[in-house]
Amino acid sequence: MYKATVNVTLRKSILDPKGKAAHHALKDLGLTEVENVRIGKLIELNIDADNKDTAYDIAEDACTKLLANEVMEDFEITIQKN
Amino acid sequence: MSANFGVIVFPGSNCDHDAYHALAHVMNANAQFLWHKDTDLSSIDFLLVPGGFSYGDYLRSGAIARFSPIMQSVIEFANKGRPVLGVCNGFQILLEAGLLPGAMLHNEQLRFVCKQTYLRCETSDTMFTRTIDKGEVLEIPVAHGEGNYVTDEEQLKQLQDNDQVVFRYCNRSGETTEEANFNGSVDNIAGICNQQRNVLGMMPHPERAVESMLGSDDGKRIFESALHELASV
Repeated sequence: MYKATVNVTLRKSILDPKGKAAHHALKDLGLTEVENVRIGKLIELNIDADNKDTAYDIAEDACTKLLANEVMEDFEITIQKN
Repeated sequence: MSANFGVIVFPGSNCDHDAYHALAHVMNANAQFLWHKDTDLSSIDFLLVPGGFSYGDYLRSGAIARFSPIMQSVIEFANKGRPVLGVCNGFQILLEAGLLPGAMLHNEQLRFVCKQTYLRCETSDTMFTRTIDKGEVLEIPVAHGEGNYVTDEEQLKQLQDNDQVVFRYCNRSGETTEEANFNGSVDNIAGICNQQRNVLGMMPHPERAVESMLGSDDGKRIFESALHELASV
């Protein structure tokens, strides 16, 4: 069994309204050192696969088909043995 | 024989009854509900994918509904050149299904916006706008939190060059100002069609603007256009 951790983030070219709002709030809290905020999603998948590469391929398939919308989002997959 | 309108019902649709009311009771058209597990569209001439919060908007608006059993039939129906209108969440579902290009982000101001808006009709060259003049202004309400239409520059140019932008947000006099573009959509886009021009997605709700007593009946214009076109086939 493998665990895939998927990070879905808005593409760099796309303005992130939620990140912008959080950034404003952090500035209001006095955390002026924070220069930028981008908000994404973290998705964990438990995958029954024979090896790490197959687990990665399955996770990638899940991302392109459903978990991320590549018109506006990028994704990054990390695989760990469970 | 008069045309049959099908209104798809997903778990979480909430504009399905308004759409049915507009079609069946106001336009006096033949309308029926289609459950999202139905797959037979052989008796349907026009599909309406209504607004709402299908599957609770989990993951992304429309992302799960896109895989409902009926959607494969909807894609085939659309690919045969038959008319599909997606309103609000219906538009989001059509984007996720790849029937229309682009995607939706949260409104720029992060607020759910429910209000009357003005739309400028940008083309009469669709069955949904055949009887509406280019440049005409319609008053139709919106109600959405994720209607900030986004697409890359290349795709936007393609939409513009192919006359696929059907509606733009504007002010009462038809000017597409920044102020009128309340959700931050690229190029004030409120509605687009596909290249074949038989699939229209729009964020504003024409089915909520069919009785002047309730503010506006400009939404009827879109259904009248569709009925006119279907009757002439």
